[in-house]
Amino acid sequence: MRSDIEAYREVAPKGTLDFLYRLAEKIRGRTFLHINSTRIGGGVAEILQRLVPMMNDLGVQATWEVIEGTRDFFAVTKSFHNALQGKEQVVTEEMYRTYLECAEENARQISLEADLVFIHDPQPAPLIQHRHGGKWVWRCHIDLAQPQRNIWNFLRRYVVRYDAAIFSLPKFAQRLPIPQFLVYPSIDPLGPKNRPLSREEVATVLERLGIERNKPTLLQVSRFDRFKDPIGVINAYRLVKKQIDCQLILAGGGASDDPEGAEVLSDVKEAAGRDPDIHVLELPPDAFLEINALQRAADIVIQKSLKEGFGLTVTEAMWKGKPVIGGATGGIRVQIIPNVTGYTVHSVEGAAFRIRYLLNNPQLLARMGGAGREYVRRNFLITRHLGDYLTLLSFLTQS
Amino acid sequence: MSQRAQRPFVFYGCTELREILGKAAENEKELADLIEEVPPDSIFYHTHSFLLRHRFANGEYLNDFANWVATEVEDRVLGERLGIIDPSEFEDLEALREEILSIIDDHLAGARIIPRVIFGEPFAFMQSRIVQIPAGTEAYSLEDLRQNLEEVDISALYFHLFEARLRLKRRDYDIPLWLMEELGLKKLAEQIRRIQLYSMSLEQLRSKLLSLCEREIEVKRGEG
Repeated sequence: MRSDIEAYREVAPKGTLDFLYRLAEKIRGRTFLHINSTRIGGGVAEILQRLVPMMNDLGVQATWEVIEGTRDFFAVTKSFHNALQGKEQVVTEEMYRTYLECAEENARQISLEADLVFIHDPQPAPLIQHRHGGKWVWRCHIDLAQPQRNIWNFLRRYVVRYDAAIFSLPKFAQRLPIPQFLVYPSIDPLGPKNRPLSREEVATVLERLGIERNKPTLLQVSRFDRFKDPIGVINAYRLVKKQIDCQLILAGGGASDDPEGAEVLSDVKEAAGRDPDIHVLELPPDAFLEINALQRAADIVIQKSLKEGFGLTVTEAMWKGKPVIGGATGGIRVQIIPNVTGYTVHSVEGAAFRIRYLLNNPQLLARMGGAGREYVRRNFLITRHLGDYLTLLSFLTQS
Repeated sequence: MSQRAQRPFVFYGCTELREILGKAAENEKELADLIEEVPPDSIFYHTHSFLLRHRFANGEYLNDFANWVATEVEDRVLGERLGIIDPSEFEDLEALREEILSIIDDHLAGARIIPRVIFGEPFAFMQSRIVQIPAGTEAYSLEDLRQNLEEVDISALYFHLFEARLRLKRRDYDIPLWLMEELGLKKLAEQIRRIQLYSMSLEQLRSKLLSLCEREIEVKRGEG
């Protein structure tokens, strides 16, 4: 019978699946436990939903547990999350207590036995106090480049007790007495956000969103957040529009439950004014089909961030064969190879110049798009991610 | 009938874990200081393991130090001087480290200011942990070897040509040595030894090895 993982044979680089089988053979029967804080929603849950069954397909006994927490606990971890990503927070002793009590409670509920225990992000980090055996790894998915010191120092007390930590970029690494590894995030090429779509499916979505394909289309997909610089994107589009008729789509979510997001969205709408060629789309968090279709319909994808974690929207666009113009920051710099898969830029003018250049040289759109897709195939697909985790399991649990 | 080895050549592929050393340079002086300090595995990583990555990511030059200096610091002169280094000319990683340091020191001696990153990213020192994976194939003859070289995962080329030879110093994983000791193919072994390993990608190296093996097979057929 064809297992799920076999479906990736057609999209992963040649030989990858056979290599994964051989790697898994080396660690067959070893147990791998993932623990995070949510089963649905967010990038970590999205990737674990696919990675855990894939590991089992390969003969590694992988399980996934999710910690339970009260509303207060998740409010505290949200504050921690913001503080660790550099947004100053006020954290009280009571909040620390709530955080640690939750770990105590979950340690009573979850079996922590495995050859390799993978703790994702700060929420379940104190579970390390209840380790019975096996190797423990703290997998940090967030941007720790400039954490709020007091919160990081508190969390660090637990992190140093792990056998290793994993970060998504070298600049997120910290001064720690344990080995720190680099594992880039990945996209699932067969998931709803990236699966192939027919022309009809794309056309249906565009029609529903009220977008015509009668002129070159520029797209930025991101939360309405100042660090994503949506106003800068509009200004770049205006510079281009003086010479080339085109349209701009700004698609994103995060405005409905985020006061700052709502404020940014309002500013974006004001900046867009009555220009009928600027489409500001507020999409729900599960609008995977819409994002997939918009990325496929675009001629150029922009990610003009001023600050970025890894920037998986860049990966998604490159996988769909689109050249990407991105801000020269964070993981965008790892993904865009200038002049090959797109351009990194430092200003509104730089973005406008590159957009104009690409629109005036349409043969480059397909060439760069093709190069981007191959670059993603080799570096940022879930199959590579799986290989990295299995390698870590092999490395840390070798006798 | 082609000659058959008593001891087969066993192929291994490999996979790489990248370890972040937590040391970063923001200018060329710091780069030199840290190059002096980091473990040899880090020198190996920054001068070799780019081969395992996609060719687009390699950058213009064949080592990470040259690429960083040229693109992040935007010091084209030092980038070019470091970019020409061929690791195969050095006896070991310490000699390679010495050469890199001497080029940077010489460059800085003539500089009025120490070039640094302004808009670019710091140089983050890394090292790799290589996990060896049996490729599931072994060769008893030159024909077997040719066949395996064609089909084996590309990481096996990296493992046998660079990792095993330079870092692990494992004689039993060395292709030319096996050709010489087991099949007596001294000339072919020497031709393989003379390949400019650092001037091509792993796929190009695969093609080169295949063509050398094929030529030898043709010669043997002609003789037979």
